[in-house]
Amino acid sequence: MSRRPITVSVDRLRRRRAPERPPRRLPADDRSCPRCQSHFRAEELRRNLRVCGACRHHFPVPARERLDQLAEGGAWQELWPELRAADPLQFVDLQPYPDRVERAEASGSNEALVVGELAIRGQACVAAVMDFAFLGGSMGAVVGEKLARACDRCVERGLPLVTVTASGGARMQEGVIALMQMAKTVVAFEALHEAELPVIVVLAHPTTGGVWASFASLGDVTYAEPGALIAFSGPRVIEQTTREKLPDDFGRAETQLANGQIDAVVDRRDLAARIGRVLAILERPTGLGPPPAVTWAQAGAERAVGVAKGLPDLSRRLVARVLKSEDEAGGPPR
Amino acid sequence: MSTARRSGRFVRRLAHRLTGAPEAESAIWETVQLARHQDRPYPLDYVERLFSDWEELHGDRLYGDDPALVAGIARGADGPVAVIGQQKGRDTTERTYRNFGMPNPEGYRKAMRVMALADKLDLPVVTLIDTPGAFPGAGGEERGQGGAIGRSMQTMLRLRVPSVAVVIGEGSSGGALALGVADRVMMLENATYSVISPEGGAAILWRDAAKAQSAAAAFQPTAANCYRWGIADVVVPEPPGGAHTDHDEAARLLGTYLTRAFRELRALSPAERRRQRGERYRRIGAYREVPMASPTEMVAGRAEPPPNGGVPAPRPPG
Repeated sequence: MSRRPITVSVDRLRRRRAPERPPRRLPADDRSCPRCQSHFRAEELRRNLRVCGACRHHFPVPARERLDQLAEGGAWQELWPELRAADPLQFVDLQPYPDRVERAEASGSNEALVVGELAIRGQACVAAVMDFAFLGGSMGAVVGEKLARACDRCVERGLPLVTVTASGGARMQEGVIALMQMAKTVVAFEALHEAELPVIVVLAHPTTGGVWASFASLGDVTYAEPGALIAFSGPRVIEQTTREKLPDDFGRAETQLANGQIDAVVDRRDLAARIGRVLAILERPTGLGPPPAVTWAQAGAERAVGVAKGLPDLSRRLVARVLKSEDEAGGPPR
Repeated sequence: MSTARRSGRFVRRLAHRLTGAPEAESAIWETVQLARHQDRPYPLDYVERLFSDWEELHGDRLYGDDPALVAGIARGADGPVAVIGQQKGRDTTERTYRNFGMPNPEGYRKAMRVMALADKLDLPVVTLIDTPGAFPGAGGEERGQGGAIGRSMQTMLRLRVPSVAVVIGEGSSGGALALGVADRVMMLENATYSVISPEGGAAILWRDAAKAQSAAAAFQPTAANCYRWGIADVVVPEPPGGAHTDHDEAARLLGTYLTRAFRELRALSPAERRRQRGERYRRIGAYREVPMASPTEMVAGRAEPPPNGGVPAPRPPG
């Protein structure tokens, strides 16, 4: 046995007493608040809707948990979970794309967008929620297709669309096909425009790139969560390109509210109530009811049909024409 | 399970090595360089050669005028048209003035304003795409870069007049697609169309902007590939050696394709054009539908099984 171990431990003790050690910090994990270092138990954090009770920092929320939050304990139905990413470009960067997808799928989510049918404060709607944990919430062909189907479903059922975004932008690994999903989502939203159905967009941290530059910026009512980064180009890219130093609050929800880009910054704990209120304001008696002017016109048409039917010798063609115009006006009066 | 997964990964890697990259890395890089060649014709070069008269319009009527994006009205052989495109500069002074063809929100709002004008006066719309992307700047973000791009796509989708988008050089990111939602999308033979510029992609995926060549090979942004995937409807030939060798010939070739496309599109009704335009983008996508043994398994605790027993028919992957 030599004396070396003893020498070493004395040495260590001396070093440990050195005054210039940095203050002890809790290990950074997904349960310690990056702003105020408060630490939470997993269950506690979940119960608080993943908002720090001390400083209101909003933690990221997995998509399915978000749907639970919006449904507030109610049931919701996931739509099209069977859609999964393909590898059209056979893309390899530092690792093959299918391996990335496989790893992301193993973490519990099957794509960066989860669509569900649910009721928010009693208002039936379709909700499309993005999951930043799945490949940075990037928008690939599956996200585009799921969102397009969600819009189709809204039109079919006369339901409003609620979408919560959290994304780094288009999914690079799907190349130009991912880029085209921007156009695809705009086309999908157009169906809601034509059907006169409301779209509520909630921008969670972060909403950047191709998602902000497509459907996320086309909501009828647009909310953002406190502190969410909302930008087309992220601060790092801008600083690299223009060599200007950006302020800390660049692109944050509060800044974008001042810039006039969003309607309000809404605390996550008020989100369901706020969305529910908007949906209640916009509610029509039969889901998608015709606007009043049409109802008035249709009432007239109905009277005309009644009169026409009452006159035995009136031409059948006239009745047919009236019925046809009623069809074009969107079906019989409700 | 893990062994199977590992061996599956190995097979995939092998498949990548055997079948991946139909075009050689060097060939793709050559195309990328041709697409950005400094002598390549820019929108105003085409306008000068394709139309007898041209009036450029300035300003978005909201904030300012963006020289990176030019828009105006022109007299063609078949009547008046509206032309919109990103303009790069040829020398250092002009490049700085044009901001290297990277528009700010004002540029896209000017484009929308001219599209509205075209819709009013029944002018077919031609967009000429040539940009490394929308400008990443703090000012642009404050003035709503994202919303401007999104609404530009929306405006193009709603047009009643026929529209043709031509990628004449590099078409990168949403900054290019903002002008790319049209009835027909054409690409010049040596143009590229991609989700991001090779340098940007390399910086993000490889964490090294110097890997641009590898990024370009991975994105495969060539006209041939975009045609194969249904992103481009038409590939317009260039003069031998590339469009930069002979601007007149390049413009003449583009002109014949434009004329033909507009004659085809004029035969359709506005509603039909718009329907097909939406359908065109609705179709783009590549995904798998995995058969799910128990649909509820993937669903959070409270979900019920889908109505109608809903397991979709399994489809082969790809």
